[in-house]
Formats: sequence, structure tokens, C-alpha cells
Amino acid sequence: MAEVAFDARHDPEAAAATRRYFWNRFLIYAVLTLFAVIYLAPLLVVVFNSLREQSEIARNGLISLPRSFRLDAWAEAWGTYCVSGTCEGMKRNFFNSLWMAIPATVISTLLGAMNGYVLSKWRFKGSEILFNLMLLGVFMPGQISLMPWAFLLGKLGLTNSTYGLVLIHVVQGISFTTLFCRNFYVSIPDDLIKAARIDGAGFWRIFRKIILPLSPPILIVTVIWQFTGIWNEYLFGVVFTSGQQQPITAALVALTAGGTTARAYDVMSAAVLIGALPPLLIYLFGGKYFVRGLTQGAIK
Amino acid sequence: MTAWREPPSLTSPEQPMSMHDLTVPVATPAIPWRERLGTMVPILVLAPSLVASFIYVFVFTLWTLYLSLSNSSLMPTYGFVGLDNYASLWANRRWNIAYTNLFLFSGFYIVGSMAIGLLLAILIDQRVRGESIWRTIFLYPLAVSFIVTGTVWSWLYNPVDGIQAFVRGLGWTDFSFALTANRNTAIYAVIITGIWQSSGFAMALFLAGLRSVDPDLVKAAQIDGASVSRIYRRVILPTIAPIFLAVAVIQIQFAIKTFDLVAALTRGGPGVSTTFPAIYVYDLMFQRGQIGEGAAAAMMMLAALAVVLVPYSLWIVWRRRAEGRNG
Repeated sequence: MAEVAFDARHDPEAAAATRRYFWNRFLIYAVLTLFAVIYLAPLLVVVFNSLREQSEIARNGLISLPRSFRLDAWAEAWGTYCVSGTCEGMKRNFFNSLWMAIPATVISTLLGAMNGYVLSKWRFKGSEILFNLMLLGVFMPGQISLMPWAFLLGKLGLTNSTYGLVLIHVVQGISFTTLFCRNFYVSIPDDLIKAARIDGAGFWRIFRKIILPLSPPILIVTVIWQFTGIWNEYLFGVVFTSGQQQPITAALVALTAGGTTARAYDVMSAAVLIGALPPLLIYLFGGKYFVRGLTQGAIK
Repeated sequence: MTAWREPPSLTSPEQPMSMHDLTVPVATPAIPWRERLGTMVPILVLAPSLVASFIYVFVFTLWTLYLSLSNSSLMPTYGFVGLDNYASLWANRRWNIAYTNLFLFSGFYIVGSMAIGLLLAILIDQRVRGESIWRTIFLYPLAVSFIVTGTVWSWLYNPVDGIQAFVRGLGWTDFSFALTANRNTAIYAVIITGIWQSSGFAMALFLAGLRSVDPDLVKAAQIDGASVSRIYRRVILPTIAPIFLAVAVIQIQFAIKTFDLVAALTRGGPGVSTTFPAIYVYDLMFQRGQIGEGAAAAMMMLAALAVVLVPYSLWIVWRRRAEGRNG
């Protein structure tokens, strides 16, 4: 403080304020940078290791700048790496996840949109109670449903199949998608719907001509939320599928489990990145909607 | 059936209108049907989801509740044994470890990620340049699965290849960082990774909260000569208090459901030191063939969630009502 006063003879207060402002700014950026490094470091480590040679990783450890560059690990992780006897890499599991996440996302989002439409614009006696009951699904821990699902999937002949997982994720997702859509549609003025009804438009016509054209923002949020959630899900994947039917999350755990032999960090890094890539890309390109889903899903 | 008896009474008053439009008399007998169908459509649309949700929420819960009271072992069986499974669950040392871990984890994880999240939110709120870049960096872990995060961090914690080896390589040769190798410290590895993954989430919510604070309120405080830290402590943070609670509740939920992160990071080990309730449920049901006791553990998870969520939702409802009354 004394130093500041000495330095600014002309207008000590203004100079001190400028100086304080500068230090403040410096400190803000320094702390942000520090945290950014902490957040980005693991990602960088994995990206580097997927490009380094295994021998180099073994020599220099995981955290080191790459001294070699090759994409072999990616090719191996995608197509030829051996996990418990089968040598097909991650590609099958990647597509399992894709064929699980896409239909489950589409179906649950459509159902959510229609439910949300009914629960906001076609309320009937008791519809609020029904809505609240559906919301309970948001909080259910998956563990509660494991045994009943095991029984149901067995009866339906859907054990160890992607269809079974689609069913689970649709049922589990309905409460989320309904919540998102309903809360969005509530903000569409009722007068709009009334006017359309007076003009003779019915339930579906109003949905198609008024609600759907206004829906893209919430549909994008819902699709992103559902897709990343389903893609990243592990519990149901590991419980209800095995081997070649596993989604990528379960396969990654199986892949990296072999702790006794020398670990092929290069291939495992590439495999991890393959598993992380779809949600990461969605996040990078639809970040705004991702965050919106997060905050809406959280607060409401 | 009754619909067809009504038309006569309806058509007569509407007869004059048919002068304008020829189709009306044809359509009139159908109106009640249509109207009836019309009122049914919303319910019909909702029905499949309702049935599914009902089964999912209530039938499944009661089912698991019943299993928890049964003598199921390798396969579900329905011999009633009362609370035996709960008794043996609570007598089990591993369950003891699991819920102690849950408390420890929840505490540090919630406080840690809220503290870091709030710090980052306040810093970003100082009109920094490249705001969206900072936000993107801090939030990206949330897009990635716990499996990916857990796997990568398990490598970083590995004393032979990870952070310890790196720091030793820099010259600090007796540096020690082997959290996951030690029974007593492995839980902190889970906590650190959990905080890393979700402090960005807390940041996003806090930032949204900070942006929603009435700027006039802040201006008034500035005019009164309050310092920045005082404005935050006395004006801004109190107005976003509900967000603290929301973040805490969501994170307790995460904590109670924690499964993937531990499964990928420590697999419950070393030994059983990082067992969590969710891990234990899985183990009992699918590794040890003790379905009854596993169901009891799952019911305890549900109970824990209810203990947190029921008061919270009641409070939310109460607050909405209070707001509604006050205008």
C-alpha cells in the first residue's frame, strides 16, 4: 500500500485504483488459467498417449509430450484390439451404443413432446397429479429397477440385446423429456391455442402447425440431454448385456480391466477417446443447448 | 352407444344453420362422437407413457421392496422372511464401509465442487474476455461419461505411470502421490475426481444465478460505497441462496447414485475400501447371488434419496405458494 502511494504522486488515489484494477485482472486470469490447465490436462494426456508409441509411454510415463506420432493405436482400438478372446476392437460396441442411443433418444423425445403438449395445453382433471407422478421417475435410482427389468427383459426375450436397452432408456427417459417439454410449452400463450381451436383446428393440427414449429429449441435440448445421457450410461449396459452386445461404456471397463499384463496405454487411450468423442462433439457444437438442458433439468 | 341417441335433440336447434353450409346436417350426428373422441385424444396420447411410468416407478419399487423381504438368493423367490435381509445388511461390515464412504464422499464432494464452482462463476462474472471459452473448458468433463473420467484418472493416480512418476521425473524424487494404492486414501481419489467432473456443473448453475440478480440492487449497493467482496457477501450471494440448495440436492443425488465413477476408477478397491451403496447392490445381486439382500440395499438407496428429496420438494412447493401469495 505504501509503495502504491509513493508511486503515484500526482493523483495517488486514481493511480492506486488503476494498479489495483490491474492486479485484480491479473489475478482473475491467473486463477482461471490455473483451473483451465487442471481441467484440460487429463484430456491432453489421453490425446497425446493415443498418438505416442507404447514403448515411449513405458519409458517416459503417461504425462509427457509426445516424441512420436502415429495413428496405429486408433486403428487398433477401433478394429483389431483383443478383449477377452475377440479381436474386433471397439467398433462393434461403438455401433451398439449408437443403435441404442439414437432410437431411444428419438422415441423418448417424441413421447416427451406429446406428453408435454397434453400436460400444458390440454390439461384435464388430475393431469397435474399425473405429471408429478411421472416426475418421480427422474429420481428413481437404477438399482431399484434392476431385478424387475431382468425379469421383464427375460419374458420379452430382450436380454443381452440392444433393443432391451432401448426399452429401458425410453421408459427411464420419458420423465425427463416430459418435464423439459412441458415446462417449455407452458410458456407458449394459451390464446394461440384457443384461437386455433376456434378456427376449428384439432389436437393434432395444433400440435403440427403451432407447437412443433415453436419446438426446435426445446427439442434440441432434449435430444442432446437424452443422447449424451444414454450414450454415457453404464449400469444397465453392464448388467443386461455381455461381450459383443455391450455398449461402449461397458466395453471400455472390460478393455481397461486387464490390470496384470503390461497395459497398452496407447490403445486404451484411443479407445477411451472413441467412447468419449460423440458426446464431446455434441457438447462442442451444441454447447449452448447442453448447458440449457443442464440448468433447466436441474432447477425446475 | 349413447352417442347415437343424442343427435335428434341436437339437430333441431341447429337446423337453421344448415342454410349456410350444406355439410352441417351431415356432420351433426357425428359431433358427439367426435367431441368424445376429441376429449379422449389427449388422454390416449398420454396413456402409454403413464402406464410405463407407473410400472417403472410404482410396480418396480414395490417389486424390489417385496424382493427385499423375500428369501431370494441366486434367483428371485418369494418366500417371505420379513426384515432379515435388512438385518444382515446392516450387520455387514462392507455395507458399513459403503455408507460411511457415501457420507464422506457426499460431504467433500458437495462442498468442494460448490466452492470451486462458485469461485469460477464469480471470476467469469467479472466481465472476463473469452467467457464462452472458459465456460466450455470448465464444463466439458460433464459431457463425458464417468467411465471415461474414471478410467483416465485411474491412470493418472497410478503411481508407476501417472502423476507421481511425472513429478518424480521433474526432479522431486521422493514425491508421493498414490491415493488409489492405499485403502485409507483411495476414497479421496474418488472425491477429487468427482469434484473435477462436476464443479463445472455448479459453476454453470451459479453463473446463471449471478446473471439473474437484479442489477439495480447491485448498483444501489455500489452507490452506497460497498466493496466488491461485501456486495457479493451481503447482496448477491443471499439472493442466489436457493441455487446453493438446488446444487447441493442435485449433487447428493449424484453421490447416492455413484456407481460408474467408482466402477471405472477403483472398482471398489483396494480391497473393499471404496465400496459405495450402488456398487454393493450390484455386487450382491449379480456377483454373489444374494438378491434379497441386494434388493434391501437398493431400497436403502431409495430411502436415502427420499430423505433428501421429499423435504426439498415440499420446500419448493411451499416457496412457490408463498411467492404466489405475495404476488
